[in-house]
Amino acid sequence: MSGPSEPHRPPVERFTKSAARNIFYGGSIFFFVVFVALTAHSHWYIVTTSTDEASMTASVIRGKHVWEKHSCINCHSILGEGAYFAPEVGNVWVRYGGRDDAGGAREGLIAWMEAQPTGIEGRRQMPQFHLTEQELNDLVDFLEWTSRIDTQGWPPNDAG
Amino acid sequence: MKYASQRVAYWYFVCAMVLFGVQILAGGLAGTVYVLPNTLAELMPFNIIRMIHTNALIVWLLMGFFGCAYYLIPEEAEREIESPFLAYLQLVLLMVGALAAVIGYTQGIHGGREFLEQPLWIKIAIVVVALIFLYNVSMTVLKGRRTAVTSVLLLGLWGIAVFWLFAFYAPDNLSLDKVYWWYIVHLWVEGVWELVMAAVLAFLLIKLTGVDREVIEKWLYSIVGLALFSGLLGTGHHYYWIGAPGYWQWVGSIFSALEVAPFFAMVVFAFTMVFRGRKDHPNRAAVLWSLGCTVGAFFGAGVWGFLHTLSFVNYYTHGTQLTAAHGHLAFYGAYVMLNLALISYAMPYLRGKAPYHQTLNIVSFWLMSGAMTVMTFALTFAGAVQIHLQRVMGMSYMEVQDEIAPFYWVRLGSGVLVVIAALMFLWAVFGPVRERRRVARQDRAAALQAAE
Repeated sequence: MSGPSEPHRPPVERFTKSAARNIFYGGSIFFFVVFVALTAHSHWYIVTTSTDEASMTASVIRGKHVWEKHSCINCHSILGEGAYFAPEVGNVWVRYGGRDDAGGAREGLIAWMEAQPTGIEGRRQMPQFHLTEQELNDLVDFLEWTSRIDTQGWPPNDAG
Repeated sequence: MKYASQRVAYWYFVCAMVLFGVQILAGGLAGTVYVLPNTLAELMPFNIIRMIHTNALIVWLLMGFFGCAYYLIPEEAEREIESPFLAYLQLVLLMVGALAAVIGYTQGIHGGREFLEQPLWIKIAIVVVALIFLYNVSMTVLKGRRTAVTSVLLLGLWGIAVFWLFAFYAPDNLSLDKVYWWYIVHLWVEGVWELVMAAVLAFLLIKLTGVDREVIEKWLYSIVGLALFSGLLGTGHHYYWIGAPGYWQWVGSIFSALEVAPFFAMVVFAFTMVFRGRKDHPNRAAVLWSLGCTVGAFFGAGVWGFLHTLSFVNYYTHGTQLTAAHGHLAFYGAYVMLNLALISYAMPYLRGKAPYHQTLNIVSFWLMSGAMTVMTFALTFAGAVQIHLQRVMGMSYMEVQDEIAPFYWVRLGSGVLVVIAALMFLWAVFGPVRERRRVARQDRAAALQAAE
């Protein structure tokens, strides 16, 4: 309590620059550590629970490289991430009926890729990538494997 | 320009603007392919055009940040840059790498992780560039005066380099790949880039308003605190549907909803400082871009980010044109406008002239910002229709795209306006300045003073 005889003092600034600085550094370190810890847990969860590492064969891995080499993601999206210019492929295996008829879905996907570009006027054109028989099959293996990732129920329907 | 070595920033800005041109031309082309899909379909498919559009954007923004750092650090540290030679060497390496990458992309030489399409040698060159840069700016700061602006700026720039290292880690497991891919993409644009942004903005406000540094730096620490407290765990909004655990829906929704806070604080900060400070800075364009940058970031990154960040909303909106709407306005508002603000502020000093072409610069501000707003609304409406038809009704992707074609025409139109506005901006900062006018203005100023 300030008595009436006390000389006038400027108001004390409670939230100073150094307080703001300390909160910034301290808080950032705290949240970064929490984030890294949660990432570590997610890493463990992905390799043990949500993805099927056991069935991640050499052809699935080669298929991922085919996907990357031709930069498919700059038109398509996979698990919702990519360019939104062409359909989602995270569930393309399901959309092609792969769960019920694996052979039919494989044939359908390969036939589609081999038929590109359609050249139809006014329709988006997928390039012809001249994939070998093995590359085509590897890519389909990768897409099939991807469709089995536990994505918390996304996408809402087969349209992707 | 108080220090001769600040001059290196000029060439960074020139190169950044060249790549800005590449970016928006590729953007215009991509917008054309959306409405006339057979355009260049055989010569340069859409994936290559988009790769150039996004890569040129990222590289020119980084180049702009480097230029900002080289411009403001000597004034903050009160000494010359440690080595102007290294600064030029770094610029040449980066520019050659960037142009080589663009040419390579057109020839089909590229990787395939989104935004990280650069061939390995260019990724390594980027590390070399970063090391040169960090050495140069860190030594300049360490040997000179230390301010909150340089501390936050350096932390941001070091963060950019550290998280870039995740570009070299590409797990075979797609879900893991995505988790760590976001360590670069999200922790850059919704993390350490915000530190760079806030630091540059603080510098601009100190210079433009004359408000006491203590006040501005306290705001700076508070804003970057809000940015990282929300942004780090906010990464969770990318972990909803990629195979990560379900708890990210809670963590991501809560923390990324808070990501709007630092952007709101920046708006309040910038406007308060400008109103509190002197209001007569002769470089009105720089003041306008600085204020506009906070508003653009607030709407683009803050509001449009919040629109689809809650997990139960994102379940329907994830990976639609709404995402594209947010991406466009967020990058424009936060980082494009920031760079254009500092360029507008610094160029008169770098060219040794009084502020020039103010009206043209201001017109380009309103035209570019207006066009980007229209583009954002076009994509937002496209996204809303797409979400309903595709995600709710289950209509197939390509059928939906035909339904929303009119929005893509609007987007293309607004994109053309952005190109025009950018040309106006370039003329406003790099165009010739008639000496006569400058002298006349000085005469007028002198006459005014005499009259007082």
